[in-house]
Amino acid sequence: MARLTAAAVLAIIAAAPFLPMGGMRQYALHVLVQIFIWSFIGGAWSLMGRFGLISLGHGAFLGAGAYTTTLLWNFWGLTPWLGVLVAVAGAVVIGLVLGYPCFRFRVVGHYFALVTLAVGEVVRLLVIAERDWTGGSLGVTLKASAGEASLAAIQFADKRVFYYASVVVWLGGLWVWRRVDRSMARSALEAIGEDETAAASVGIRVTRFKLGITVLSAALTAVGGVLYAQYFTYVNPDTLSGIGVSLRIVFAVVLGGMYSLLGPTVGSALTIALSEYLRVLFGLKFIGMAETIYGLVLILCIIFLPAGIYGSLRAAIARRMARRRAAPA
Amino acid sequence: MIDPIFIAEAALNGILLGGVMALLALGLNLIFGVLDIVWIAYVELVMLCMYLVYFLVTGYGWPIWLGGLASVAFGAVLGVAVHLLIISPLLNSAAINQFLATGGLLFFLQSFATFLWTTDHRTVRLNLPIIEVAGMFLSFARLIAFVVAILAMIGLYLFLRHTFIGTAIRAVSQDRDAMRLMGANPQRVYVVTSAVGGAMAGLAGALLIIQYSVHPYFGAAFGPLTFMICVLGGLGNMVGAVVAAVIMSEIISVGGVMMSTEMGYVIAFVLFIVMMFARPGGILAKRE
Amino acid sequence: MTAAPPTGMLELRGVTAGYGQFTALWGVSLRVSAGEAVAVVGPNGAGKTTLMRVISGLVSPREGDLTFEGQSLARLPAHEIVAHGIAHVPEGRRIFPMLTVADNLKMGAFLRSARRGYRDSLERVYTLFPALAERQKQRAGSLSGGEQQMLAIGRALMSRPKIILLDEPSMGLAPVMVLRLFDLIRRVREEGYTILVVEQNVRQILKLVDRAYLLEVGRIKMEGRADELSEQDFVRKAYVGL
Repeated sequence: MARLTAAAVLAIIAAAPFLPMGGMRQYALHVLVQIFIWSFIGGAWSLMGRFGLISLGHGAFLGAGAYTTTLLWNFWGLTPWLGVLVAVAGAVVIGLVLGYPCFRFRVVGHYFALVTLAVGEVVRLLVIAERDWTGGSLGVTLKASAGEASLAAIQFADKRVFYYASVVVWLGGLWVWRRVDRSMARSALEAIGEDETAAASVGIRVTRFKLGITVLSAALTAVGGVLYAQYFTYVNPDTLSGIGVSLRIVFAVVLGGMYSLLGPTVGSALTIALSEYLRVLFGLKFIGMAETIYGLVLILCIIFLPAGIYGSLRAAIARRMARRRAAPA
Repeated sequence: MIDPIFIAEAALNGILLGGVMALLALGLNLIFGVLDIVWIAYVELVMLCMYLVYFLVTGYGWPIWLGGLASVAFGAVLGVAVHLLIISPLLNSAAINQFLATGGLLFFLQSFATFLWTTDHRTVRLNLPIIEVAGMFLSFARLIAFVVAILAMIGLYLFLRHTFIGTAIRAVSQDRDAMRLMGANPQRVYVVTSAVGGAMAGLAGALLIIQYSVHPYFGAAFGPLTFMICVLGGLGNMVGAVVAAVIMSEIISVGGVMMSTEMGYVIAFVLFIVMMFARPGGILAKRE
Repeated sequence: MTAAPPTGMLELRGVTAGYGQFTALWGVSLRVSAGEAVAVVGPNGAGKTTLMRVISGLVSPREGDLTFEGQSLARLPAHEIVAHGIAHVPEGRRIFPMLTVADNLKMGAFLRSARRGYRDSLERVYTLFPALAERQKQRAGSLSGGEQQMLAIGRALMSRPKIILLDEPSMGLAPVMVLRLFDLIRRVREEGYTILVVEQNVRQILKLVDRAYLLEVGRIKMEGRADELSEQDFVRKAYVGL
């Protein structure tokens, strides 16, 4: 049953760019590409988040990924296919530098979150500081490749290519999530999340597992950043690193549900839909109002739906089931 | 090579800046120490207070000291409002929800400020003199801000040590239930703590507006820096916060003069990360 | 040394209380009259601490009534119950470890009514417990177990209570300290305070109090005058005494 639904959904997704949408097609594709990319990134974040490693600095990996491929292409014409490897390596290094001391010295909870925040900010400031080649706060545009479409440069004028690319990447992310979910590592990490000392005392190599999942999360996030850069062909330190984007990622995942496969996707879809709706609603009329409402919605959601949409739904359903069971036959 | 006098000047400025940063860090630490919650939007509250002072002084012609008092009062009100509306419902929630709620407040305040007042930078022009000391030029405004910050910190210290409510604030973080048995309502103590934390933000705002211009994204520069100072000094550790504030401000100031402003920040933040490895509990923490 | 006003009439009727699914007390009724010293004894897990927590308001009773000087206290939050004159010295002392002895005592006088005479109360406590006076500036966490217990009791006295609840005061103390502690409690008693004490150390406590209740598995199994109860076999055999 589930397989059939999954297959049906995939079919719809595959067919989407060819469905009649009138003049809305370009816009719809644009929004969908963003949803898939951010869902993928959210999924990457949730690999850490679900085990209690709350990072407020994923912007660091995102920015590192995006800027690496962009700058390598712009300055040395290095194809992003290779650039992404460098980007991932860079993100992994950041992940290790961040993770190793933290995990070795048991920096957890609030401290860990704030350290990740610092790392995110360091990347953002580094980008701004090195404005000579990164363009600073103004950002940098991906140098256009010759012609309409270039596989080597991963630049395509046709949004549909990016649509399918982002779907494939998104599916890849889901696959990784599933693998982690079914692995031994998952139980180990859950044990660590619950009680590190107890886990260590039964022989679980805490630091190694935490580092592993951090590095994985960082690498995937960097890939997301690369895809983002290739699609938007413009990168900017505020949209891709720093606390703003990091918080948005976390919000989307928490809203959709941190512990489920499709939670990040649901959350990203909702937050992006909300963002777009507000942006269109206010246009250029009231600058800042869209974001204001976004922030307000964020606060209200967290206060009233602390388990996220998915979690709250599950709780509501569970309550209904309990009531049904308790009622006399 | 840069003339050493500039470095000395930067060093001195660093200490002066450190005073105000310490005030900020103490406010944040107070709230964290008592409530175990980090107000991610803390510096945004400062930003609001800066706007208040700006409008009162340039719009209504209030004298700066009166504007400062209004800022402190406003800050206290903001602190209580944030606590009652956002923190209270989430007191027993997971940390991540608390981060997200106060983070949402950050977005909300930054955007709302943009909506209300645009991204233009606003300055309070006070025409305070520049003093010359041994060949170094110091802004009088900065000096005053430093002195007021020090006085405020001493005031806070006395408040926490000697008053009933101040001692209660220190006690409630150690044992909430025992505090109940003393006849203190922990909720009320939290509200007072939030008011004090907010008031400090208000004071910091008044001290900052005479040195810097305010704009909706003011928090983007000072926010992360404040958090880092708090963590570096040991979250909840008041003395550590002051020490860390001076150290970070020094690095930013001197680094800013020797390289660029952003590099100054980068070095300070990198130092922060390095220190996290060396002393994860904060520089004044005891070794595990 | 003037005595504290000897008023205090505490009454529980049919109190049932617990935590979540678990019920610790079943229909417990007891009474403490002004000026009395009453003990509640019983083995571990009998519900003695729950009883104390119900009286001081940290736990709400599910059923039953709790009155003090005629006023119902059943649904009041803990910090309001203190204002009625009930001081609870909790199990495990629960002093504020990072505050000094003086600050701990100061917190005892947090109530508005207690703040005014705060300096007098402090004097009285220091006179009653000279060891605390010596250690005024010391951090409470660095005191010995016996001294912490002294501090906890002194702190309770600072609120000028009408009745003092003592929850397992001898717990975790070395035998020598226990003897000193009971001496201390006797001194407090002599000041005229009404006391309700919960103790595992049956023999010793029965020497101190007027009446006692035996609590077992959440129910009152026996009650009576202390001297009568100490003749009972259960006291001699079942429970550990000094």
